[in-house]
Amino acid sequence: MSSPAPPIDANVIASLDPIRLAGARCAECGTTTFPAQADCPRCARRTMNRIELPAEGVLWTWTTQTFQPKAPYAAPSTGFEPFPVGYVDLGDVIVEARLEADPEALRVGTRMRLVPLTLLVDGGQPVIGYAFAPATGGSA
Amino acid sequence: MNHGAVAIAGIGMTPFGRHSPDYSGRDMGVDAARAALADAGLSWQDIDYAVGGSNVSGKPDTTVSSLGLTGIPFVNVRNGCATGTVALTTAAQAIRSGEAETVLVLGFDKHPRGAFGARPADYGHGDWYGQSGLMVTTQFFAMKARRYLDAHGLPDEVLGEVAAKAFRCGAANPDAWRRTEFTPDEIMAARVINPPLTQYMLCSPAEGAAAVVLTSADRAADLTDRPVTLAAATMRTRRFGSFEVFASWLPPGADASPTVDAARATFAKAGVTPRDVDVAQLQDTDAGAEIIHMAETGLCEHGQQRELLDAGATSPEGTLPINTDGGCLANGEPVGASGLRQVHEVVRQLRGTAGTRQIAGEPRVGFTHVYGAPGIAACTIITR
Repeated sequence: MSSPAPPIDANVIASLDPIRLAGARCAECGTTTFPAQADCPRCARRTMNRIELPAEGVLWTWTTQTFQPKAPYAAPSTGFEPFPVGYVDLGDVIVEARLEADPEALRVGTRMRLVPLTLLVDGGQPVIGYAFAPATGGSA
Repeated sequence: MNHGAVAIAGIGMTPFGRHSPDYSGRDMGVDAARAALADAGLSWQDIDYAVGGSNVSGKPDTTVSSLGLTGIPFVNVRNGCATGTVALTTAAQAIRSGEAETVLVLGFDKHPRGAFGARPADYGHGDWYGQSGLMVTTQFFAMKARRYLDAHGLPDEVLGEVAAKAFRCGAANPDAWRRTEFTPDEIMAARVINPPLTQYMLCSPAEGAAAVVLTSADRAADLTDRPVTLAAATMRTRRFGSFEVFASWLPPGADASPTVDAARATFAKAGVTPRDVDVAQLQDTDAGAEIIHMAETGLCEHGQQRELLDAGATSPEGTLPINTDGGCLANGEPVGASGLRQVHEVVRQLRGTAGTRQIAGEPRVGFTHVYGAPGIAACTIITR
């Protein structure tokens, strides 16, 4: 599916086709952050280089959001539906993400792949955010 | 008690929970302050320094227009759920430094109903974080509990047992907000908020105030024959690798915690070990937090919680009573006051005036612990 919607934030989304997350890695100590940031939170130097993060990883923890979050979250026009969220271990960094999955099928260690996720911002404008979905049954 | 030590001369608090709409957080603070002064047998004119904390209900030093315009220094602190204990730590430092002799410590808050809201920018995030549906505190509690239980081989049922114990203690505490007992099965089967947490496993924002009067050892000797001593009070922020609320990323192997650092420093300063603790109050924003904090404070090993709960060790009649007043789960959380509620409860237990929830065996060493956003912890050791 192609969409004219813009990325939710240029410091979060590195590219849309294929979707990749933006991060930053410290040239001095190797610490990797998500999203990209200017200062290293470990060695405190301003030696961060912007990188694309890996698109696959394993589930580190998760839960389900059963109630509608407060603004600036906006529910779809069809109404709020519960959604799972979690942290996915990409190797050098563990990132927090929406999950596109059946929560009952999730386990720590489940292999996950990055996918685009359409979100709404103020006034109902669509933007492209990100999620992770189980990596089985699709091409990387 | 050593020269240079700090004594707890008085305690006071309002009930926690929901009060009338026109009873402000500040007014609760004034009432708690007057109760603590009365308990100490002192008046506001005896106070030469004050420290107060509130997260959302205004500036604590505005209480001087009700307590008395005496011109004393009054420091305001605002450190999330750790606010009350950070205020206490600041007050103890003022006494140890010789700057002050008798200090009022005050905490209050009056939160609106519903989950705590937060703005992405306040935590260093762009709007994308909230727009993605990630700016929810209870998500974090659930994901931290999920990770911890799985990593240490603990069943989800320990969460129900912790919450059932909290409500049993709340039912025995006339000042508690939640006074209805539930069985672990009822708690496990209740409405799911963020799995594995159900509605009875999460504390609610509330209203209330608590106050403590600290004084020097010399002054305390004039007030009572058997003072309660604040042996140590310490605050810490998070180190690299700590899993905290509103974190868009973590480093691999994240397992640091400000609670570990704060507890270790507090035990070292007081010259006691976790084995010496007779009664403990731990931050139980959710049932998982109590499980995690039992081990992070050093009161047990990681994974040992199940056998302690099965043995009833953390109940008021057990060998390691925890959250004897019902904790945050049964009292709710007025954020600025919670740490001082814990101190209030420990002092009552050490004095032997905790009523129907009094623990047996003349407890001598109490421990308190608060933890909050964005990764802060503060602990005390209180002895008698």
